[in-house]
Amino acid sequence: MTDVKKFLSDKIKTVPPSGIRKYFDMVIGMDDVISLGVGEPDFVTPWHIREACIYSLEKGHTSYTSNSGLIELREAISDSFHNDYGVDYNPDDQILVTTGVSEAADLALRALVNPGDEVILHEPCYVSYKPSIILSGGTPVPVSTTRDNEFRVTGEQIEAAITDRTKAIILSYPNNPTGAVMQKQDLEEVADVVVEHDLLVISDEVYDKLTYNGKHTCFSSLNGMEDRTILLNGLSKSHAMTGLRVGYAMGPPGLISAMLLIHQYTMLCAPITAQMGAIEALRNGEAEMQAMVREYNRRRRLFVTGLNRLGLDCFEPRGAFYAFPSVKSTGMTSSQFAEELLHQQKVAVVPGEVFGQSGDGFLRCSYASSLDELKTALEKIEEFLS
Amino acid sequence: MNEILEIIEQDPKKDPSEIALLTGYSEKEVQTRIKELEDSGIIRKYKAVIDWDRVGEEYVYAIIELKITLGDRSGYDTIAHRIASFNEVRSIRLISGDHDLSLTVRGKSMKDVAFFVVEKIASLDQVQSTVTHFVLKTYKEDGVPLFEQEKSKRLAISP
Repeated sequence: MTDVKKFLSDKIKTVPPSGIRKYFDMVIGMDDVISLGVGEPDFVTPWHIREACIYSLEKGHTSYTSNSGLIELREAISDSFHNDYGVDYNPDDQILVTTGVSEAADLALRALVNPGDEVILHEPCYVSYKPSIILSGGTPVPVSTTRDNEFRVTGEQIEAAITDRTKAIILSYPNNPTGAVMQKQDLEEVADVVVEHDLLVISDEVYDKLTYNGKHTCFSSLNGMEDRTILLNGLSKSHAMTGLRVGYAMGPPGLISAMLLIHQYTMLCAPITAQMGAIEALRNGEAEMQAMVREYNRRRRLFVTGLNRLGLDCFEPRGAFYAFPSVKSTGMTSSQFAEELLHQQKVAVVPGEVFGQSGDGFLRCSYASSLDELKTALEKIEEFLS
Repeated sequence: MNEILEIIEQDPKKDPSEIALLTGYSEKEVQTRIKELEDSGIIRKYKAVIDWDRVGEEYVYAIIELKITLGDRSGYDTIAHRIASFNEVRSIRLISGDHDLSLTVRGKSMKDVAFFVVEKIASLDQVQSTVTHFVLKTYKEDGVPLFEQEKSKRLAISP
């Protein structure tokens, strides 16, 4: 039998498999699992958005779109950022519609990174950033954030990680997996360092709408950051559209056109049906989105209070839909805790170390599940701990 | 205040301590506000949505549209209040279009409903004409679908 592995590129051999995969494999085949391991809304895409997709198919809209995405969608994106954050992006040359935010992040890194370039990222963070940096030929430089600082990264930490090979910084707030947010003054500190060291920022703000107790600060709205930021966002989380895969990147025309170059030779364009749904979501989806956010907020209060009552110390997450409790008091590692909890109580969570070394000792628990499921999960965790 | 109402509308049996947890108010505050909402008539009644077909207790529902002739001293409110007094009438609405009032009526049989409409409603002086639509099946009631919904197909673990 041919050893196909010998054909693989050296680069792919350096990319470790996602730590999430292991837990996915464990859960497969188990019945009646209460899952807090999901990184997506439990709501179905609102009906009027689905209907816009159906209607577009009925009308026969099944063609390619412009590589950049439908101009109507880019205009709707531009309008929403103008209205929400007072930042202006020209739909003609500053917005690129992608197949989810993951593609947008990959494009940004491939457009920027030369072999040997370093990209700073704060951990714990979304699982795909590090592999994407490696696949683009760069070197990831992780900066650990801590529970004591509510998992916010400081300008000082970033400055300490900068070398003469540093090209860019990835910021991701509200954060997956911690639920942490950065206040405006925190971000301004980072912006000062960015200017001083002449860097770029890739800011993934896909959870911006899921911000509780305050308003999200768009990184590119800060002084001087518009020209130094590739802003990533999408509709997966805000409008419960994960499977429709609509993301976008916004930034200076010179960077967006570089990303477009790769996009047009690879993905070509995002699916037109999903783009049609996205237009409807941005134009008429505010009320449903707000209703979902209110519901997440209720679940957040109930679940985080419940975890703290059980002695699993959890700071107050102010964004996204994840709680990130510590299990250090139990004497178990997060992997042990997650595996035992799954086998004994059939509750699935994701150990924090999957999201970077500094996540060790924590669990990512998604509260994008019904209140009844969350209550049952808390009861089962209590039983597990007793 | 609206947040408490939204929660109660979804689940009237929700305990005040849980509503407090969900909203960030204290339990005492929740109790006080609910009392105020009840006293002011904003919360009219706590009610369950029941799929009577499943119980086997078969009721017959009909939607009755009425054309009304207003008298010198009586408006829609007067006739609506009068019709609302009948126990058979489950809802009553003033509507636009070809008719003026729309009623939902419940009875034990089609005959029951038909006699009620003929004898009690059509005989009222202000009622000019009636159109009766019998309900064959209810798919959704008060925002609650009465059919089996597909279970979520989410992966148990995802990024």
